[in-house]
Amino acid sequence: MSTAKNINITLKIWRQKNAKTKGGIETYKLDNVSTASSFLEMLDQLNEQLVSERKEPVAFDHDCREGICGMCSLYINGRAHGPETGTTTCQLHMRKFNDGDTIYIEPWRSKAFPVIKDLVVDRSSFDRIQQAGGFVSVNTSGNTIDANSIPVPKVDADKAFEAAACIGCGACVASCKNGSAMLFVGAKVSQYALLPQGQVEATQRVLNMVRQMDEEGFGNCTNTGACEIECPKGISLENIARMNREYLKASVK
Amino acid sequence: MKLDSRIPEGPLKDKWTNHKNHLKLVAPNNRPKIDVIVVGTGLAGASAAASLGEMGYNVKAFCFQDSPRRAHSIAAQGGINAAKNYQNDGDSIYRLFYDTIKGGDYRAREANVHRLAEVSGNIIDQCVAQGVPFAREYGGMLDNRSFGGVQVQRTFYAAGQTGQQLLLGAYSALSRQIGLGRVKMYNRHEMLDLVKVDGKARGIIARNLVTGEIERHSAHAVVIASGGYGNVYFLSTNAMGSNVTASWKIHKQGAAFANPCYVQIHPTCIPVHGTNQSKLTLMSESLRNSGRIWVPKKKEDAEAIRAGKLKPTQIAEEDRDYYLERRYPAFGNLVPRDVASRAAKERCDAGYGIEANDTNEGVYLDFSSEIKSKGKEVAYAQGNHNPSEEEIITLGKKWLEEKYGNLFEMYEKITDENPYETPMKIYPAVHYTMGGVWVDYNLQSTIPGCFVAGEANFSDHGANRLGASALMQGLADGYFVLPYTVSNYLADEIRTGKISTDAPEFLEAEKNVKDSINMFLNNNGTKTVDHFHKRLGHVMWNKVGMARNEQGLKEAIEEIGQIRDEFYKDVYVPGSADEMNPELEKALRVADFLELGQLMAMDALQRKESCGGHFREEYQDAEGETLRDDENMSFVGAWEYKGQDTTKAVLHKEDLKYEFIKIAARNYK
Ligand SMILES: Cc1cc2nc3c(=O)[nH]c(=O)nc-3n(C[C@H](O)[C@H](O)[C@H](O)COP(=O)(O)OP(=O)(O)OC[C@H]3O[C@@H](n4cnc5c(N)ncnc54)[C@H](O)[C@@H]3O)c2cc1C
Ligand code: SF4
Ligand code: FES
Repeated sequence: MSTAKNINITLKIWRQKNAKTKGGIETYKLDNVSTASSFLEMLDQLNEQLVSERKEPVAFDHDCREGICGMCSLYINGRAHGPETGTTTCQLHMRKFNDGDTIYIEPWRSKAFPVIKDLVVDRSSFDRIQQAGGFVSVNTSGNTIDANSIPVPKVDADKAFEAAACIGCGACVASCKNGSAMLFVGAKVSQYALLPQGQVEATQRVLNMVRQMDEEGFGNCTNTGACEIECPKGISLENIARMNREYLKASVK
Repeated sequence: MKLDSRIPEGPLKDKWTNHKNHLKLVAPNNRPKIDVIVVGTGLAGASAAASLGEMGYNVKAFCFQDSPRRAHSIAAQGGINAAKNYQNDGDSIYRLFYDTIKGGDYRAREANVHRLAEVSGNIIDQCVAQGVPFAREYGGMLDNRSFGGVQVQRTFYAAGQTGQQLLLGAYSALSRQIGLGRVKMYNRHEMLDLVKVDGKARGIIARNLVTGEIERHSAHAVVIASGGYGNVYFLSTNAMGSNVTASWKIHKQGAAFANPCYVQIHPTCIPVHGTNQSKLTLMSESLRNSGRIWVPKKKEDAEAIRAGKLKPTQIAEEDRDYYLERRYPAFGNLVPRDVASRAAKERCDAGYGIEANDTNEGVYLDFSSEIKSKGKEVAYAQGNHNPSEEEIITLGKKWLEEKYGNLFEMYEKITDENPYETPMKIYPAVHYTMGGVWVDYNLQSTIPGCFVAGEANFSDHGANRLGASALMQGLADGYFVLPYTVSNYLADEIRTGKISTDAPEFLEAEKNVKDSINMFLNNNGTKTVDHFHKRLGHVMWNKVGMARNEQGLKEAIEEIGQIRDEFYKDVYVPGSADEMNPELEKALRVADFLELGQLMAMDALQRKESCGGHFREEYQDAEGETLRDDENMSFVGAWEYKGQDTTKAVLHKEDLKYEFIKIAARNYK
């Protein structure tokens, strides 16, 4: 049996024409939103309405709508990815809201994530951090050794996988009062720190990634832990600790 | 148009080795003089761009997302096949080759599929060396599972996030090359046309999706790795941005488009909930190992369920129709995807669907038997030989949670129902497209210098891709095939020198792109792009969907033509060209879907047989099973573009010869 019903809501959405112009909050009324819709389907509905009124639709980032690509973002009522923990915006559903609610929607806010338009921000700084060392330097020649000749204890493999599950959405940065990218970078550093592959370049990796992170204008970590709470993939603070250990090790070398 | 598949001579198992030994090379010092464009950074594109960059070519890579790490490949759940025989259960290159050919219903090329099986083991070695955290056994060795109707355990996986981990691996290799300056990455860029000079692919026209600027990029070769076209149906399991534009643009420039009617429908997706739905979500196929699929035996029960008067748990065992177990006793709930999908449709069409929406489409995937049997097993294993019903159920649920917890959670988030307590509702959805740009053995399209990889090409899968082979093909193409075959082509380009983007061909292509953008922005229509896309999707799903027939296909061809005419007259695209404009992006993509959709119906109409994912109602046996026509239909159907009205497209046939495998009939009874 379907328990879906329709609700009417008021939306307060950040509109900003482009990176150079100043933005502001606009108010929209949206009726007949099915509680079975996802949050992004609700925005689709708003955009259909705006376009048919010959107004400009709201730009927002999205792609997989399955909680895995990391493309969706949005600050919803003051929280990254909205009120539900462990959930990306695309997996948030309108049944979490009530008839008559007012919902505030804003873009990720952080110096290192400049707004491109409306709710869309530029997260390419994450890519540049990865390019600075988030890899194992192995050629793609196909002449590598047999996979099972690099045994990895199951416990380590599972831990590495948990760190590697980060979707690069940036909620950690957006929810941090310092705009720190430590959770994201910590996850990447941890994945490789836990595996035997690529150990030879571990020192360079952590130094380079941290240097790039600082250059991109991310803030410092003061251990407030907001990132872990808002991370949709449950990436743990343990990864930051591991990165700090790796960094220390590398610095004294 | 001539289709030369360039399949090398000689025994099957030596073809690729011999071929590689005779392909031309480019010396390392010459490679930096050569530019290559790669469109797409999914598994196929990222692996290709990384490999070509590492070889020393100047590579420019493009994707429409904000980062290559977000390509649609990231969403694949189940796993990737490889013939490693780590489990010592008799797997071999030959067996993987054989299973893949058979799974494709004998509509794929033997030589390509054999090569795929040959390099499969290498893919796993490469990924592990890159630090992809595959699942491990306690001894530290890689773990494997079996997948969809295969008798060996050859599937490598990383929880339910295999695609994510493989893509992040390829992305790391790509990032390394970007960091080294060998690959230049163009995020948020969309290729909108191919530029040909003297008949050869020489570059692309791309739109910077942030500034709207139209850019000209030249190269000595172009690789298209832009993914599949399932979104022609509007609702599918594909990411929202997946589209056919890059493939379609090269098709318009002379690349044949092959087997467009081959679409894989996945049986276990969450059913449609309502008219505002934007996409469908897959529930991993692995659930079929533990769930039993049923609908009520009595129509009045189905009606009562839909009306909310009955709960599925209130239907007695004898009133449930476990239709797969009834019809296919040997495979039961584990029949191949196309069989499971059509059987669900058959029940829903007959009025037994259980979903309370305007379609009534949905069947149950019930875990209650598994909860009991596994609960008992666990209790016994713990030494409790006399467990209470309650203990059994608690243990059984815990077992399920360990195995499928994340999927159950995802289901609950979307549907607000607890699948531990009440059966899941599922229904088939469009998932994967096996057709695509026609390529020869070198993965080159009918345009010299234009190569196509991954889901964007048609090769390797025939009519009915099995699970876990698309990921394999993407990485095989990018890491292990293109580096050789593209180099072979580029060996003749060493003296060409830089290609100027001021050539008249570039200017003309740029003008065409600008004209079509302006046409949309100045079109004073009244309806949104999605309005047309949804209508197209509706026709596609109803008439070019799980089952097709002559009359329906003819109607579809007609109707799609009408929707297309209306689209050009009445679509309204807001905003301007020189800014970020998602509605404009959609309009350009839907324009191409409106041509492709019609071609898919044309292709389905000419394929007078049922094979794999393609089921023509006229061609079935007395028991409703597929009837293939190996005598007359054993060919690849490759279409030549003849204008926007795709009913004018011309069909070319590449005959499929099976030299090494004996064709056998399908039987899942
Ligand atoms: C939910 C789901 C689960 C799946 N599970 C499995 C599985 O378990 N095992 C398996 O083997 N397969 C699975 N598949 C299939 C498999 O994921 C895909 O076939 C495969 O990942 C496609 O890879 P690709 O590199 O060809 O394309 P994609 O990953 O789709 O990449 C396309 C790329 O092209 C770019 N692009 C497209 N058009 C343009 C343009 N015009 N200009 C610039 N860039 C462009 C995109 O930005 C993107 O980077 C699954 C698919 C889905 C939908
Ligand atoms: S650590 Fe979590 S919040 Fe940060 S980018 Fe990764 S998934 Fe997103
Ligand atoms: S759209 Fe992909 S994670 Fe939300």
